[in-house]
Amino acid sequence: MILDKLLLIALVFAALWTVMTRSLLKAALGLAVTSAMIAIVLFRLDSPLAGVFELSVCAGLITAVFISAISLMKPLTHKETIALSKARIKRYWFLPVIIAAVACIFSKSAIPTGIRVLPQAVELNVQEVLWNSRSLDLFGQIVIVLAGVFGTVILFRENNKK
Amino acid sequence: MIALIIILFVAGLYCILVTRNLMRVLIGLELLTKAVTLLLIVAGYATGRQALAQAIVITLIMIEVVVMAVMAGVILSIYRHTGSLDASNVKSLKG
Amino acid sequence: MPSLLILLPLLGIIVLNLPLGNIMRRAAFSFAFCLFLIQIALAVFHYPGLWTNQLNAVDTFFKVTFSVDHLSFIVLLSIGIVSLTSLVVGRYTIKDDNDRFNFINLLIIASIGMCGIVMVRDIFSLYVFLEVTAVSAFILIAFEKQRPALEGAFKYIVMSAIATVMMLSAIALILLTTGDTSFDSIRQALFASNNNFIVKLAVGLFVCGLFIKGGLVPFHGWLPDAYSEAPSAVSVLLAGIITKVSGIYTLIRLVTAVFGFTVGIKSALLLIGIVSMLFGAFAALTQNNFKRMLAYSSISQVGYIIAGLGTGIALGVVGAIFHFFNHAIFKSLLFVNSAAVEKQTGTTDMNKMGGLSQNMPITGATSLVGFLSTSGIPPLAGFWSKLMIIIALWMSGHYAYAAIAVLTSVLTLAYLLTMQRKVFFGKLVDAFKNIKETEAGFAAVAIILALLTIGVGVFFPVVFNIYLKAFVR
Repeated sequence: MILDKLLLIALVFAALWTVMTRSLLKAALGLAVTSAMIAIVLFRLDSPLAGVFELSVCAGLITAVFISAISLMKPLTHKETIALSKARIKRYWFLPVIIAAVACIFSKSAIPTGIRVLPQAVELNVQEVLWNSRSLDLFGQIVIVLAGVFGTVILFRENNKK
Repeated sequence: MIALIIILFVAGLYCILVTRNLMRVLIGLELLTKAVTLLLIVAGYATGRQALAQAIVITLIMIEVVVMAVMAGVILSIYRHTGSLDASNVKSLKG
Repeated sequence: MPSLLILLPLLGIIVLNLPLGNIMRRAAFSFAFCLFLIQIALAVFHYPGLWTNQLNAVDTFFKVTFSVDHLSFIVLLSIGIVSLTSLVVGRYTIKDDNDRFNFINLLIIASIGMCGIVMVRDIFSLYVFLEVTAVSAFILIAFEKQRPALEGAFKYIVMSAIATVMMLSAIALILLTTGDTSFDSIRQALFASNNNFIVKLAVGLFVCGLFIKGGLVPFHGWLPDAYSEAPSAVSVLLAGIITKVSGIYTLIRLVTAVFGFTVGIKSALLLIGIVSMLFGAFAALTQNNFKRMLAYSSISQVGYIIAGLGTGIALGVVGAIFHFFNHAIFKSLLFVNSAAVEKQTGTTDMNKMGGLSQNMPITGATSLVGFLSTSGIPPLAGFWSKLMIIIALWMSGHYAYAAIAVLTSVLTLAYLLTMQRKVFFGKLVDAFKNIKETEAGFAAVAIILALLTIGVGVFFPVVFNIYLKAFVR
């Protein structure tokens, strides 16, 4: 119980750090850390497969895509960074205030369990659900990955003729 | 827990609205997606339908990877045209 | 059998992309052409043997029921017609062979997504195919990598992602009340739930997400940039069908079959429809760029469809569906003409043009037909659908809204007449004295679309009996 509460508070701080940190690279790393903590929360909520997916894909693949995209762009010079960061603090100090307010307002509500819904036909596990009754979604995933491949090839290619 | 999900939503939205850097818009969208993932799993846990919720989340994560990759590609192409990642590059069309 | 509409194109794409050399690139155009032609033929002639699930092997592959009803037929027909138009326009306006091959592949993927949207009966599969269509639209807008196009694509991606997050949150809240995601069980659960707060929040969030996808005021920020800066063939596709299927068809399907016409939904639809109508018309009056003006005109016409849907009575819904089909035809026609003008003159600035119909008679004539249909002049097709919507608004008691709709029709006539005068009538500008009419294939598409608009309008009683009566339950 205490561990869960600590986990949630750590997650809030990780998300806050991701938004407010100055450097883009650190923001990408912060995103990876946030994903990892969310994966642990998913494990605690009886959803191990979703947690594994979140960990491997979001904390792994998306961070790799981010960092490869960032490395293809050159960083700002030192002077520009200092000038930008001074303007940043003025814009970003709002966020922790809003978050503290939200936390105070909503901290009393917990997850309701055992909500009664329409009765389920038969007790299934994830693999059966995904393959049997959601096979159309799998087809959609195949098509969207195909589209993504086209998009990546078209957009990431160096333009020799402008 | 509900507070956490709302906090993640707020953080993501704030990031998108306030940032001057195009890549941070991407990070904000990622945070919003994580908030929705948590919301879906919480809904599954509350009603006992964990299997359905996990199947939905797995499909969702796959789709989000593709969308993020395409968006990173678009930002990269904008960078190659203009040499900077400032948000004023995408405000030139008016009306 | 309906699942063949999405399986065949996927197999086709896989075959087209095998590394067999140049023969595949040349075959791509013919394959896509035949595909869309087959889709149009199937949607017009409802052979019952083909549309019921008789190919059991193929349908049990998915273990899910695709169901097609009359609304699906009309939308599948529109998808086929507009995709075919965009394919032909792309053949003439995209210069590079590699680019054209990529365009055809992405066009087929977008068509898979849209056919999927039309045929599913499950709210999460609807979301998956919405994303397929959206991703292919992003790449299509940006694939020539001109800087304004990239800007338009970026804005579209951000707004679409926000819409996605809203729709997914709504699905999560619906899961809290239903436990299942198919349309039937959602309808039952919403009916039984006594309208508590979570249900209202979920429905509101989902409908707002669909408004963003459909480009309605006040969520229209991405629309003018995306439509006007995309390559010409992609503008035809976007304006003619992608925005409409993603936003408007899903609204029609969900409101009529799942959420029901509650008071809140009806007044929201009416308000946003009327505001979009007015805003689009006023903004189009001030534009100098041909395609941007057509983009604002699209916002206005889509406002008509939503207002017709918002009346809640059968005449309004039928008028909305008919206007959906008509808008696909005449908006594609107008965008085809703007593509022809842009290709021959190299510019989209209307102030620089004048008297083009002397050198481009076919384009001028078809543009005349297109704009008369958009403004709702009898006996063209647009007149009938607008009449149905205005009468429905009057019959349901919203007299002020009906008057505003008539006023917007007059405004539409005004700005389109200005366009026609500036671009096609008048004295031929010196800079364009030597331009010629476009190629035969390009002009043929414009002529076919114009004939369709005239035909559907003149033979309206026949069309009504065959296609639209089925909706009046």
